[in-house]
Amino acid sequence: MSRAIEVQDLTRRFGAFTAVDAITVDVEAGEVFGFLGANGAGKTTAIKMLIGLLAPTSGTARVAGFDILTQSEEVRRSIGYMSQRFSLYDDLTVRENITLYGGIYGLTDAEIRERGDGMLETLQLADTRKALVGTLPLGWKQKLAFSVAMLHRPKVVFLDEPTGGVDPVTRRQFWEMIYAAAARGTTVFVTTHYMDEAEYCDRLSIMVDGRIAAMGSPAALKREFGAPSIDEIFVRLARPAAAGAA
Amino acid sequence: MRALRFLLRKEFLQLFRDPAIVRLLVMIPIVQLIVLANAATFEVKRARMHVVDLDRSTMSRGAVDRLVASGRFVASEASGSTAQGDDALMRRTVELVLAIPAGFERDLVRDRRGEVQLLMNAEDGAAAGVTQAYARQILAAYAAELQVRLVPAVAVGRARPEAPPARGVPRVEVRSRGWYNAELDYRHYMVPGILVQLLTIVGTLLTALNIVREKEAGTLDQLNVTPVSRGVFITAKLLPLWLIAMVVLSIGLTVARFVFGVPMEGSLVLVCAGAALYLVAALGIGLWVSTVTETQQQAMFVNFSILMVYLLMSGLFTPVSAMPHWAQVVANVNPMRHFITLMRAVLLKGAGLPDVAPQLVVLAVSGVVVLAVAMRQYHKRAD
Repeated sequence: MSRAIEVQDLTRRFGAFTAVDAITVDVEAGEVFGFLGANGAGKTTAIKMLIGLLAPTSGTARVAGFDILTQSEEVRRSIGYMSQRFSLYDDLTVRENITLYGGIYGLTDAEIRERGDGMLETLQLADTRKALVGTLPLGWKQKLAFSVAMLHRPKVVFLDEPTGGVDPVTRRQFWEMIYAAAARGTTVFVTTHYMDEAEYCDRLSIMVDGRIAAMGSPAALKREFGAPSIDEIFVRLARPAAAGAA
Repeated sequence: MRALRFLLRKEFLQLFRDPAIVRLLVMIPIVQLIVLANAATFEVKRARMHVVDLDRSTMSRGAVDRLVASGRFVASEASGSTAQGDDALMRRTVELVLAIPAGFERDLVRDRRGEVQLLMNAEDGAAAGVTQAYARQILAAYAAELQVRLVPAVAVGRARPEAPPARGVPRVEVRSRGWYNAELDYRHYMVPGILVQLLTIVGTLLTALNIVREKEAGTLDQLNVTPVSRGVFITAKLLPLWLIAMVVLSIGLTVARFVFGVPMEGSLVLVCAGAALYLVAALGIGLWVSTVTETQQQAMFVNFSILMVYLLMSGLFTPVSAMPHWAQVVANVNPMRHFITLMRAVLLKGAGLPDVAPQLVVLAVSGVVVLAVAMRQYHKRAD
């Protein structure tokens, strides 16, 4: 399996509105793939279909080698997910959240303890293990949520705007964690609004009105559009759509 | 199954970390029982009475005294004409007019029968019926007393059907009916029903809110992305709430026993078995509500809309036999109705397993059906 994600003509309609319009994307194993798009472009809808939260209207996709329609449970076992809304339990402690998700993914007690301790050490959050997650600063929570999503060592991890509202220093640390995960062989599928982050991706796609408007490595895209930055390309692609919508 | 263990632990941790929950669990049964058992009755106490005593005799005063001495009536007004009594009813300053005609005592002594007129405001039919019934009972006892001491076969207190109704005042027809007597009996009858209602509210609402809260927080999506199966997730959600509802029931039964002195003639094991089965349906309703709503506000609204119909068609506040045919059919498949029947039969009459077996079967079947419907509605992947 060299392709971590294969998407073929994936479409989702809500009534007359087509949120995702026949997108086709391939992501290689071990890649950091940036999934860009303006608000409402259909990114979250596309991700929800890939991780099994939303049924597609038509089209197919395989994640970690499994069909999202017929092998959704195998897909779920192979992926990690961190949503734009912070999704650990605020009223559980750091340790309790780790234990819960470790247990859900079938890790043994020893594995939960080892990986949990190692993770907190790396995050330098060892002192907070007994703190309620709700009391932690947002940046710590996000890093913690990402680490918890990686606890069962998924083949593919989906990050939906993981760095929203986080300070620049923490964002940088977050991207170091993403690279570390990719270096261990995990495929990272990440959406973001920050164009500087887009430059960190191996490859990226830009989604406009439910369609993939551009796809390639940052360097290739800049060459193709003759633009100095991804930011420039994004604005050029997204603006006509925004004007049309308004 | 390992996942179930972790999820259950999480649910219990969260439940007991919520300070409101523990307080609610203890307070709700106590407050509801005390307030409802006293308020949700058709008891009549200290009804205001306008006395028109045209006879002014020992016997007529005796009749008024008996009514007042019962504690159910207060002679708050008196006048010399029925017309003034009518006005008082219209102004709603009294609930009842007692009119004793001139010659009352003379008739009693001479003809062994006399009559008094009871007029009441029938806007609130139920209350008027009960007021009238109490007055008749007291007057009948007075008549019996006079009969022993004075004249045999005295009939007092019968507003004769042929007597023309007083002008402008709806008069309640006198009907004969079986007496329920002491006020305590009424509470004994209501308390088991209120307990059932309490379990229903706690069971459905806690379930619906608990799951929808996770929807709002985004943690439900996070769980749906994991390999946790639908059955395991639902079991982990419902089992702790089921236990909590059973605790609420125990507290409620304790209050019923020691505060209201509700008799517990039958086996409490049977009551708990009924509750255990009934709660499956109640939690199932909560689960269903959580699948069709997105926010706690919506869940609350939908839940209460369902509960209103559910409660009113259960026979708790109104007898099922008084409902139109179609409503009786609906009430017959209402698990709440069968649980109330079971509770009353076991607690008040000491019914045993053979007596309430049909109810237990209905509760079990309805639990399975409701839960199955709700589970079918719950999807990890939205359509």
